[in-house]
Amino acid sequence: MIRLENVNKVYRTERVETLALENINLDVAPGEFVSIMGPSGCGKSTLLNLIGLLDTPSSGALALDGAQVKTWGDKQLAQFRNEKLGFVFQSFHLVPDLKVIDNVEIPLLYRRTNGAPRRKVAESALDRVGLASRIHHFPTQLSGGQQQRVAIARAIVGKPRILLADEPTGNLDSGMGEEIMDILHDLNKNDGTTIVMVTHDDRFARRTDRIVRLFDGRQVA
Amino acid sequence: MLINYLKIALKVLGRRKFFTFISLFGITLTLVVLMVAAAILDNAFAPQQPESRFDRVLGVYMISMRGPHWTSTSNPGFKFVDQYVKDLPGAEATSIFTGSSPMVVYHERRKIETHLRRTDGNYWRILDFKFLEGGPFTAEDDRNANFVAVITDDMRERFYGPNAKALGKTFTIDGQRFRVVGVVPAVPITRRAGFSEIWTPVRTIKGQYQQELIGNFSAIVLAHSKSDFPALRSVFAQRLANFKFDDPKNFNRVIAGLDTTFEATARNILGNTDDVNRPLVLRLIIVGVALLFITLPTVNLVSINLSRIMERASEIGVRKAFGASSRKLIGQFVMENVVLTAIGGAIAFVLATWILSVISRAQFVPYATFEVNFRIFGYGLLLAAFFGIVSGVYPAWRMSRMHPVNALRGGAQ
Repeated sequence: MIRLENVNKVYRTERVETLALENINLDVAPGEFVSIMGPSGCGKSTLLNLIGLLDTPSSGALALDGAQVKTWGDKQLAQFRNEKLGFVFQSFHLVPDLKVIDNVEIPLLYRRTNGAPRRKVAESALDRVGLASRIHHFPTQLSGGQQQRVAIARAIVGKPRILLADEPTGNLDSGMGEEIMDILHDLNKNDGTTIVMVTHDDRFARRTDRIVRLFDGRQVA
Repeated sequence: MLINYLKIALKVLGRRKFFTFISLFGITLTLVVLMVAAAILDNAFAPQQPESRFDRVLGVYMISMRGPHWTSTSNPGFKFVDQYVKDLPGAEATSIFTGSSPMVVYHERRKIETHLRRTDGNYWRILDFKFLEGGPFTAEDDRNANFVAVITDDMRERFYGPNAKALGKTFTIDGQRFRVVGVVPAVPITRRAGFSEIWTPVRTIKGQYQQELIGNFSAIVLAHSKSDFPALRSVFAQRLANFKFDDPKNFNRVIAGLDTTFEATARNILGNTDDVNRPLVLRLIIVGVALLFITLPTVNLVSINLSRIMERASEIGVRKAFGASSRKLIGQFVMENVVLTAIGGAIAFVLATWILSVISRAQFVPYATFEVNFRIFGYGLLLAAFFGIVSGVYPAWRMSRMHPVNALRGGAQ
């Protein structure tokens, strides 16, 4: 489902060149739940951004769902992200101006799904994360755990094949973290969604199929 | 998608009330000023009664005679318009008339300030006055120097009192007793050929005026169609080539032109020389002033929009992550700005209508009724669209170029 071959990522400024990822080789099978661990600044989020097509490798090959993405333009990347990928961020990144239901509908807007079906699918995604009663609330009216559940509903509303979660429990207490992990496991087991999750928390990492460890941009396990 | 953009735009504007207020204030103020200015210019230049046919009328309102030592610039005299403008081949009609001169009339021991214009019979053929009483005086009235007059409804009231009829009644100007044969609605002072308050035949003028090349006359030429303008101008130029100077020792060159109303205004403002494209220069000045006026609020709105981008970086990152292409983001942001300017445009439209009605009622410009007609509404729409797109496109483009990872980092909450 996800294949990285000899992937390097270098950040260049006028004076400094920083090697963020070095020679990463990674294969994630369809339906696999992989966690990425490592100390702060080791390149975990960079790796997730590359897989999520939010950033491009400096060298090496990246294939998603069997397709090489190197030559894709803005429109093609946007379409792939929309149809095949879902994102959950540590800081939720909900749009504060929009109600919960409108936040969840965002991915469907870029598929030109019509109003009524779009609303129905979004309501169903919110129902799945247990927030069907909060659809007309604004994000600021919800707790951190509830906001993250809205973010998960937004990530799964388009039924993506790959879900990328960047420290999804990082801003939550352990109880709420467990709840979020339960939802992710449910998606993985029952929908067959491939999940790649960056985490600092060993307890949550141990619940996944495989742990990839990074250190100073290198894959160490 | 468009409906969704609209929905988001309204939500964003509703939630960010302070930003919306500041932006709307700038947009509305700019558009109000421009719409009021456009309405005033439209009132002065657009064909409207009694100058409805002025889209096919040319006029000679100014003449310059130059010599080695002297230059004389003024209105043409009767002799000039009679010999060089009248009966141009290809013209449908020509009219000769004086400027509208301020006069003081004593009527029934009351001092009344007014304006008087002397015209021929053709004047009433070329200008389309709507008569409230009676009708125009004729070419024969002019030939016979009959003491007949057309007055405005405002003059009727001032002479004879409210609700009085004027037909057949008389008044005296400068010792001449005129009989009213027609009453017309008041004409705005901005109408170069149409404005006056009293009109009497040219030949009722006292004293010698027939032999003057320079004086207080003008002439207008009604063409069959606008496409005849070049031919008429060419014939007029040929006549001027054979111009006979009264005083060839002092004057050897004459400058005059058959002008549209706008060209005549340009000639007035920019001087009567024949080496400058005056209408173009005047248009550039008007457009330049308007652009200068619109630039400041546009730059301000661009700057506000750019700072908003930073505030909304997280949203941009999220939208990109969930499948928004750069083009779609530009569309969304431009739509937000167009909605904002459309709201500003609507408020400006209402305010401009109110301000123009106040200006009209206060009679800052005598007899002018300024209003927001379809043409002004069109200008307003055009201005609002220009404002919205120009101030939205650049920030939208910057926003769409934002790297999704940076956008998400910048928007971390």
